[in-house]
Amino acid sequence: MAVEVRLPVARKRVTESGLLDSAGHLVCPGDTITTDTGFMRGHGTYLEDEKLLASVAGVVERVNKLICVRALKTRYNGEVGDVIVGRVTEVQQKRWKVDTNSRLDSVLLLSSVNLPGGELRRRSAEDELAMRSYLEEGDLISAEVQAVYSDGALSMHTRSLKYGKLGQGVLVQVSPSLIKRRKTHFHNLPCGTSIILGNNGFIWLYPTPEQTEEEAGGFVTNLEPIPLSDREVISRLRNCILALSAQKMLLYDTSILYCYEASLAHQIKDILKVEVIEDIVMETRQRLVDQEG
Amino acid sequence: MAGLELLSDQGYRVDGRKAGELRKIQARMGVFAQADGSAYIEQGNTKALAVVYGPHEIRGSRSKTLHDRAVVNCQYSMATFSTGERKRRPHGDRKSTEMTLHLKQTFEAAILTQLYPRSQIDIYVQILQADGGNYCTCVNAATLAIIDAGIPMRDYVCACSAGFIEDTPLADLSYVEEAAGGPQLALALLPKSDQIALLEMNSRLHEDHLERVMDAATKACKDVYAVLDQAVKEHLQEVSAMLGDRGMA
Repeated sequence: MAVEVRLPVARKRVTESGLLDSAGHLVCPGDTITTDTGFMRGHGTYLEDEKLLASVAGVVERVNKLICVRALKTRYNGEVGDVIVGRVTEVQQKRWKVDTNSRLDSVLLLSSVNLPGGELRRRSAEDELAMRSYLEEGDLISAEVQAVYSDGALSMHTRSLKYGKLGQGVLVQVSPSLIKRRKTHFHNLPCGTSIILGNNGFIWLYPTPEQTEEEAGGFVTNLEPIPLSDREVISRLRNCILALSAQKMLLYDTSILYCYEASLAHQIKDILKVEVIEDIVMETRQRLVDQEG
Repeated sequence: MAGLELLSDQGYRVDGRKAGELRKIQARMGVFAQADGSAYIEQGNTKALAVVYGPHEIRGSRSKTLHDRAVVNCQYSMATFSTGERKRRPHGDRKSTEMTLHLKQTFEAAILTQLYPRSQIDIYVQILQADGGNYCTCVNAATLAIIDAGIPMRDYVCACSAGFIEDTPLADLSYVEEAAGGPQLALALLPKSDQIALLEMNSRLHEDHLERVMDAATKACKDVYAVLDQAVKEHLQEVSAMLGDRGMA
């Protein structure tokens, strides 16, 4: 077996490379933002002795009289209408609990899913007993945020054929702040793979289904073997997404596609190497800048 | 005992420091991708690793749920290879249980737990090499990990130990100085507001000396704060420069 040995490379310090420009107003926990009492307290701040102090490390943002501190890395804060991907953790009475990288598990009510047999079906007691046959612990789903409760928990729905149980594919987890908000988060990439970019940082890669309408309401998964070529494309995309997130690039269809095209010169496993990551992300960044004009 | 001379006539300690001097501190944030927050810190030869998960849904028994604030769950452990003598420490070691409790108290005082009702925040710290001041190093590592995770805190929590040898208060004791058996004080401080998150003392110390030792520990904590703040600021600048100034949602 061939073993590749590579020497350690010193971490590049951005502070040394002179990349530091106007990074905005940075604060750390306990720092005083303002002593002026005319401001409103937003997220990431607290009041003490008539002073407004930061409670997280991050960038200060001002909207008129409101002051917030945005941390660089947090858990997912849901908003109504977000597309999210999550994993079922628990089946309860009339609801599923779903892990969505949020600070509390999200709920998917039995009344907010499409059951097999059409939208207008009545939900009976039998449905409640058969919940585990639709979704059980460990299943992945895609859904949309329907409401945010007062304690921050999310309520979701899957009342569209776009959403539902996910079958064969690969889940990639990145920081939620790296997902760019777009009109659509479902894409069929030209390389024969589809992608769901969940706003919560969960990304689902799967082979583009041949025919899209299904009557089962999305609870039946196709278990036919996926051809090797499709699996290779998915693995390459996965490594590309990890490369982009390692360099803190925003993720959306174009950036992922450009990165995929830049990576074609390398073997799939090589995309995980630091030097190759720098290479292909640089190329991607350049193409994105060129395109913007 | 005719042992070691812990403080020379010239005022130098065994490792060449002055009485109020700290050991060299090196810190790094965001060492793991999987955890919500992580940090690694070296204070002289004491090395600690901290990871933070959360806030997340309460795992395990539901009965722990608090309806007005988050549960802080800590776990302190020492690697088998961390001490001079190799030792396997199964869970439930008396010393680690006590340390776990202290860490929990410290961070419940500093984290704004009331913002996350019904959730849980996990803090796991491990000592990789023990050379005195284990509790203090763990607190400093955990503080950095919590900041990395973006969990709101009142202030940094900075901890430092202090001792009293030959009528002089010494800051940041090393293993040799701890083993000498003199009085030892561990202080966890919120440096901006001068509030004490935890104060612990071993063995006897005359009341008259307490204030001087406390002053030495407070000063050391503020020095630690300066170093940690520097590390956080550098990390912040590095990451925000990478992100550029695009409007993240």
